[in-house]
Amino acid sequence: MNPALAIGIEGIGVWSPEFPDWPSARAALGDGAKVAVDPVARPPAAILPAGERRRAPESVLIAVEAAQQACAMARRDPGDLAHVFVSAYGDIAINDYLCATLARAPNEVSPTKFHNSVHNAPAGYWTIAGGCMRASTAVSAGAASFGSGLLEAAVRAHVESEPVLLVASDVATCGRLREIIPSRRAFAVALVLAPQSSRALARLHMHVGEVASAPPLLHASASGNPAAACLPLLAALARRESCRLQVAAGPAYSLDMEISF
Amino acid sequence: MLYFRAVIDLLARLSAEFAPLAVTAHTVTCAAGRGRAALARALAERKSGLRENDLVEYPLPCWIGRVGGIEDSPLPSAWAAWESRNHRLAWMALNTDGFHDRATAAIERYGASRVALILGTSTSSIGETEYAYRTLDADGRFMVAQRERRVHETHALGAFVQQALGVHGPCLTIATACSSSAKVFASAQRLLHAGFADAAIVGGVDTLCGSVLYGFNALELVSPEPCRPFDADRHGLSLGEAAGFALLENGQVDKSAPRLVGCGESADAYHMSAPHPQGLGAERALREALTRAGLRAQDVDYINLHGTASRQNDEVEAALIARMFPATTFASSTKGWTGHTLGAAGITEACVALLAIERGFAPGTLNARALDPACGPQIRIDNAQRDVRVALSNSFGFGGNNCCLAFAAGDA
Repeated sequence: MNPALAIGIEGIGVWSPEFPDWPSARAALGDGAKVAVDPVARPPAAILPAGERRRAPESVLIAVEAAQQACAMARRDPGDLAHVFVSAYGDIAINDYLCATLARAPNEVSPTKFHNSVHNAPAGYWTIAGGCMRASTAVSAGAASFGSGLLEAAVRAHVESEPVLLVASDVATCGRLREIIPSRRAFAVALVLAPQSSRALARLHMHVGEVASAPPLLHASASGNPAAACLPLLAALARRESCRLQVAAGPAYSLDMEISF
Repeated sequence: MLYFRAVIDLLARLSAEFAPLAVTAHTVTCAAGRGRAALARALAERKSGLRENDLVEYPLPCWIGRVGGIEDSPLPSAWAAWESRNHRLAWMALNTDGFHDRATAAIERYGASRVALILGTSTSSIGETEYAYRTLDADGRFMVAQRERRVHETHALGAFVQQALGVHGPCLTIATACSSSAKVFASAQRLLHAGFADAAIVGGVDTLCGSVLYGFNALELVSPEPCRPFDADRHGLSLGEAAGFALLENGQVDKSAPRLVGCGESADAYHMSAPHPQGLGAERALREALTRAGLRAQDVDYINLHGTASRQNDEVEAALIARMFPATTFASSTKGWTGHTLGAAGITEACVALLAIERGFAPGTLNARALDPACGPQIRIDNAQRDVRVALSNSFGFGGNNCCLAFAAGDA
């Protein structure tokens, strides 16, 4: 038996310093046009209350910004959506801070940095900002993080017959972790997935791909950011070209996807 | 038996959506014991696994639930690149209660790509990363051995166990702080329901490290004495470590095995490190688990509470249980035996709930002397022999992340 499921994409959000939203990313991915966008240092993440926005670490801001864009495009209330936040590395800067502080003066660990260090911090801030009490999860799957998060979100949408927000993001490496973690630039993508949606921009038909006998994946893309594994899908969405894609959802597990419009 | 039949009939009527899964194997290793029998004995004898903190690298004055012997149990040489305290504990647990053999048999039976692996952790192997920062080389870089370790990211746990078991299905690490290894059951149930796997190996592993000891200490949540869940005079939590695994298969495979009959997941939408003051998020998770299981509150025989012994958690959770359940429901926290094992708390306490069903035994609340006035008659200090047909397990985490699991006895 090869299981399959069909899911609609209702909204897309993107954040990177060069492409701070889906329209700018679509322009670049669609026709390869150089888009003159000055790098944006900090995502607006306007859904966060002002105080939280000032205090929130970058890992939270980029994920929340992409999530907010996708919900706006889908015309869905953030408070209504179960969500899956996926990140391979979490907040690298906070982990660098925690490990460095523990080595130097453990009693000086900041309580705020500690609770912001949890892998579900972006999801937690998102629920607080949007008043969302739905199922909230935060997952990680190394280089296969995007595909694994997509499977988790699509399966939830399919089984529960409800729209689900997927957010995949990773920040750039820093500190002593620079030569350990290869993520070279911050990138976040968000998709609102919905079964049986009349307003889907595109539909994905997903089934399990050929089992590869490849060794475990380490780090997926040229930027080293596992969230960027979504780029072939985003390029297809930008060009509105029906096509087939494959995305890794485990070291020996992949999803074949047919995209149609 | 009539009562049990009635429960099953109710399940069949109301839970067409939630296909129950058989829990065909499970194991847990924690401070209170290695394996199910050892844990059951410690629970029955009310023997706590907590000890005064003796971790020389982290000399914080507190009590901890440390698993003995991890230091002397290196991974097999084939897995040397995965060396960490967390992976050692994962390997110990895999090789307890015959779990490795049961998992391998399932992989052979279904095919490696038809078995999913979903594990939970809060801090994964960050203890090893902390060690790398304490032992930088002369240039301020990680030592070569540390640079080559495959441990410095959250999914290291899932990746290690995936390699160690040779499982090729969907593979995910859930990291929602202290609800992580409860949510693995919900994700696995959906994957099986959607046909993306025929069986799932779920579990969770978290180990003591500086980040959690000093982090919880900075939040003023660590007790200087052994934790006393639900005691009026409690002073915070004791941190612990644990690893546990369960094998989930279609409910028809083994009708005598206990089953997962419902899961509830929710968010507080309130605060990053404090629970919702009225427990609204927790209540939502509990009600969702009951609804999916087709159960009413009065059908629940035992609840393993989150019960961390923090001031806020226990007050909010006690009030929630008092308003939702009849006096006949037996509820307790077992963290006085194990400590708060964070990302492994979900699987550890799911295993306690399964032991309660399998052994007809409900553990009380160790170290509690005089219960908080917020506690209703449901929360018990003493152990009891008790027929447990339906058991719940609560797990709540930072970020306001809640999960409740419902288990029921299999066909006798």
